[in-house]
Amino acid sequence: MNLLSTLARVGQWAVRGGPMQQARRVRRRMVILLAVIGPGVITSNVNNEAGGIYTYSLAGAQFGLAVLWALVPMGFALFVTEEMCARMGSVTGKGLSDLIREEFGFRVTFFVMLAMFAVNQGNVLAEFAGVASAMQLFGVSKYISVPLAAILVWVLVLQGTSRWLERIFMTFCLVYFAYVISAFFAKPHWLIAVLHLLPTPVLQHVPHVKQWITPTPFNMAYLLILAGLIGSTIAPWQHFYLQAAVVEKRVGPRQYRQTRTDVMVGTITSVCIIFFIVVCTATTLYAVGHKEITDAGEAAQALVPLAGQWAGALFAVGLLNASLFAASILPLSTAYVICEGLGFEAGVNYKFKEAPIFYWLYTAMIVLGAGAILLPDVPLVKMAVLSQVANGVLLPFVLVFVLLLVNRRDLMGEQTNTKTYNALAWGTTAAMVVITLVLLYFSMFPPTGPAGSAAVH
Amino acid sequence: MLHATEVLGAETYDAHGNFVGRVKELFIVPADQPNRVARILLGRGKYRPLVAKHDQVAFVAPGTLKLNVDERVLEPFEPNEAWLAVRKDLLDQQIIDTEGRKVVRVNDLDLAEERTNSTMEMRVTRVDVGLPGAVRRLLEGLVSPGVIRRIQENLPPKTIQWEFVNLVEPDPLRRVKLRLSSQKLEKLHPADLADIMEALSPAERQAIISSVDEETAAEALAELDERLKAQIVEKLDPEKAADIIEEMAPDEAADLLADLPPETSQEVLAEMPRAEAQEVQELLRFEENTAGGLMNTEFVFVGEDAAVEEVLEWVRSLEVEPEHLDTIFLIDKQAMLSGTVGVGRLLLASGGQKMSELKSELLPMVSTEAEDVEVFEIFDKYNLRSLAVVDANRRPIGAITVDDVVSRLRQAA
Repeated sequence: MNLLSTLARVGQWAVRGGPMQQARRVRRRMVILLAVIGPGVITSNVNNEAGGIYTYSLAGAQFGLAVLWALVPMGFALFVTEEMCARMGSVTGKGLSDLIREEFGFRVTFFVMLAMFAVNQGNVLAEFAGVASAMQLFGVSKYISVPLAAILVWVLVLQGTSRWLERIFMTFCLVYFAYVISAFFAKPHWLIAVLHLLPTPVLQHVPHVKQWITPTPFNMAYLLILAGLIGSTIAPWQHFYLQAAVVEKRVGPRQYRQTRTDVMVGTITSVCIIFFIVVCTATTLYAVGHKEITDAGEAAQALVPLAGQWAGALFAVGLLNASLFAASILPLSTAYVICEGLGFEAGVNYKFKEAPIFYWLYTAMIVLGAGAILLPDVPLVKMAVLSQVANGVLLPFVLVFVLLLVNRRDLMGEQTNTKTYNALAWGTTAAMVVITLVLLYFSMFPPTGPAGSAAVH
Repeated sequence: MLHATEVLGAETYDAHGNFVGRVKELFIVPADQPNRVARILLGRGKYRPLVAKHDQVAFVAPGTLKLNVDERVLEPFEPNEAWLAVRKDLLDQQIIDTEGRKVVRVNDLDLAEERTNSTMEMRVTRVDVGLPGAVRRLLEGLVSPGVIRRIQENLPPKTIQWEFVNLVEPDPLRRVKLRLSSQKLEKLHPADLADIMEALSPAERQAIISSVDEETAAEALAELDERLKAQIVEKLDPEKAADIIEEMAPDEAADLLADLPPETSQEVLAEMPRAEAQEVQELLRFEENTAGGLMNTEFVFVGEDAAVEEVLEWVRSLEVEPEHLDTIFLIDKQAMLSGTVGVGRLLLASGGQKMSELKSELLPMVSTEAEDVEVFEIFDKYNLRSLAVVDANRRPIGAITVDDVVSRLRQAA
């Protein structure tokens, strides 16, 4: 009977071995690599939002190249603090707010979240201020642009299109290269600009070199702008966001090296963009004695060498993109982080009824942020810079939690900080505390004189 | 009814009314009773902490606890892994609500008081995961308990019955000591279990996979995304991993093994029975987005001259999953694919008919290198439920079933 004779095992017919053996594996590896590159770079790019751009422009306009040296320790601090969060996300698989909740209890979490809400609300407000001033350059009234932007963000993000939006915004981040190109058109002395990355407060006393150095004025306005720079570069929310993104991407310990690279690339990109914005404004505004920036039109002057009469438009597009990018990510991630920490349902895959607190928080942030900008006579630039100061105040608290958690052996196993790393991280935190105190002092006893008042505008 | 956080921190007095200390922790001893607060840890500042047993408690109210014994009778505290700690293991931690099929965070616990002659026992009845618990945690110690209770009455309660609570303990030894069983998880639909696992941390996911039975583990893994799957299996010991992978369909197993580091997948394959390992290894050669990557090597084929009753008898003797049975492939004398017979036709045929008389007019097939898009088109065009994959000599070496097509299309979308 021929039935049984043809019942050979299928497997034996297949050819064994061969160069194809690993084909499936290689293909998948590449996909995984691409998927891991991301959270760090995205976080840094969101970070260069409206408040940031204003602060960097203002820094360059007021003090020229004399603020550049601060970028090196700042970039360093940014990397150290972000890396700890990324590492925690990868090892524990839990978000920062989850960990604070589990290890410090409900009440502590509640107050951290409350502060987060207040500070991030300030940031959202700054983003809508960015939208308003960008659209004003195109002659669109804020009473039209801001409500439109608010509705756009609210609808698009809740539609679950945030991934898709993220890509569009990331593409538009290329607008930042306008500053790089503009800096080249402005023809600064590059060697001198790079020289300013070294600590200029020291260099200005070194013979033969000091003639090239923009003097560093150690007055209050200068310290204030430095604090603002740090506040806008190292913001509390980005640590929560980064850790959540690492958890969501399921970066395990095996892919952690790639993520660290990603965080480093993000940090370097972020610092480079600041460098070029400062060089641009230093060459175009500071050099001609134009040290005040009170609206977007003046900030746009930095792009004149590249774009000439189109500088305003270019600046507006960049500012609009930055603002909308952050406005679409900040309220959502804040609502998410708060609900996660306090144990409420969170996520756009829930219906409104299933996660009411999440949706109400999200909506409130957008409505309050956009609403405040619609009040008459709101000083837009000032709001933007002040929100950065609030970031600076919250940051040390968040860093203390991060440090306490990252050194817990029961959570992190072998991945706790080394002694050197701890010294660096605690040093950064201490520096932040000092800067915060300086800021608080200034906010209680405002510096007098033209230079001082300019910084707060 | 009491709440755990009202008892934690309570001032404790002994039978003579002397102050003993404050309640630092409540312990459930699951080996005795699953829901009774069996031990109460009393902190005494710089002195050694003491432990009161459930039958030594005379009375409990928010903020106060009275013992029915003298302080000297109480035993000094020795940490015990087999005790479930309310504050450390439950409050603020994530648990699985097996009824609501999701992961929730514990705000507080509801305790029922049970009064007997001279004792008062506390039993955990529900877990509070909603606003009332949150408000209590926030206001406790700042506002009087009465006020808190009044505020709570106006808030929507959200609680889970203690019987439906499943704890996740990453440490396998402690899991045994705490008598944590996974039966409730095994009863969940694999897709729900997978959703739950996604909401947990890696250590907790690991705990679930190694505590549920292999079949459940395989089904739940199949529902997870690729990276998560690989991460979980990589951390299992190869023997356990092999046991789970054996339960999977060969094509799923191959997809999974391809994502593991080469050494790990070799180790796992070495632990699997020969035949199954070979099957999977052959599938590993194919690229993911080709017919070879989609196909399954479990399929049924018979000689075209066989009679229907012969085939039925033979198929009954096979250990084959029913879902791989909906199409039977025919081969000729050269072992080349010569036709397909749907099970429906087989059912309607009379016993003496030859298989070749039943075969469909069309004979679609693909080579292993065919792109997945092509496969989808063929499925769509001919309304297939399964499609034969053939080698260069037109010999069938696998079959693609419609469920594989659907899940691949969904991934692509």
